Amino acid sequence: MNSSGLFSAVRLVAQLKLEASVERIKVSQAASELQQYCLQNAGKDALLVGVPGGSNPFREPRSCAVL
Amino acid sequence: AAAQSRPSALQSGESLATLKNESDSLKKKLEEERAKLHDVELNQVAEKVELVSALSIRTRRVLKGHGNKVLCMDWCKDKRRLVSSSQDGKVIVWDGYTLNKEHAVTMPCTWVMACAYAPSGCAVACGGLDNKCSVYPLSLDKNENLAAKKKSVAMHTNYLSGCSFTNSDMQLLTSSGDGTCALWDVESGQLLQSFHGHTADVLSLNLAPSETGNTFVSGGCDKKANVWDMLPCASVSCRLYDLRADREVAVYQKDSIIFGASSVDFSLSGRLLFAGYNDYTINVWDVLKGNRISVLFGHENRVSCVKVSPDGTSFASASWDTSLRIWA
Repeated sequence: MNSSGLFSAVRLVAQLKLEASVERIKVSQAASELQQYCLQNAGKDALLVGVPGGSNPFREPRSCAVL
Repeated sequence: AAAQSRPSALQSGESLATLKNESDSLKKKLEEERAKLHDVELNQVAEKVELVSALSIRTRRVLKGHGNKVLCMDWCKDKRRLVSSSQDGKVIVWDGYTLNKEHAVTMPCTWVMACAYAPSGCAVACGGLDNKCSVYPLSLDKNENLAAKKKSVAMHTNYLSGCSFTNSDMQLLTSSGDGTCALWDVESGQLLQSFHGHTADVLSLNLAPSETGNTFVSGGCDKKANVWDMLPCASVSCRLYDLRADREVAVYQKDSIIFGASSVDFSLSGRLLFAGYNDYTINVWDVLKGNRISVLFGHENRVSCVKVSPDGTSFASASWDTSLRIWA
């Protein structure tokens, strides 16, 4: 008997049972929470809304590099 | 201990066939359960959200210095320094504001596929074809030879594809072409936990952001993305998977995109998704609405890695064209 094949089949069943027991929510609820997070944090997202002039160091003209 | 580790099914004499039936029916049940929750698409929920207004993102810095494809990069927590690694065998630490190269290390192998900055900012980890991940403390003394203080931490049986420090400088998480991920103690080099489950090379990994930091996701050539508890491949689409709904909730793709995406990262609020592609471009997607907002041109070869800076004011991209760019 192939005991290693049996062992991995048992492990697979155990893993699937674990995955089946995971609590799930509806996509509509998950989506609405994703949206809420994005909108609540939009003001802090510099790449999305930009920042007031002078506060993004990468947008500042940098000092001359010595070649 | 031996009796405890033997699965109980063996003791009750179940056959391989019975187990296969059980796993097949469990898989079917899982698919049905997940489908029941699929009541709407993310972009439908986001219909009433205002469109993202025009973005003014363009290249602000170009970091030149590598002699060959840049394969990986990571930001320092100070939001200004970066580490990059290349096929040329070099690892470079840059000051993103001034473009100064602060440190450079020559690895004993070419194809340094992975690099990571330590949370303290005092060390970097890197590796690739040497099958290892090594940690280099960064010296303030510019004349000191970094290679002398090198510490070999991780050992895999195939190439190192990814590495990341966990919440501290003390633990390192790695992914490898040998199909596994592993958690290591940096000080002793000891293997703390290994993660088996992928059936092919693991290509990338990412830690969930949290103080406790005990989950991570890995992606592999077996086309699976696995989410792991720590003690515990190239697709043309990018997909958003919600862990709480346990399913995919959005797909970001267009017919006109025929090249694979290599790397993605979210903007700070999660509204923008930056994805680097093999056609040398970076696409910016609206995460909620699913549409592409803009295409960023600049690189002259494949984009291998994109990462948003720690405070979200910019993002960096690494490319096979031997340069890195900072976009803001």
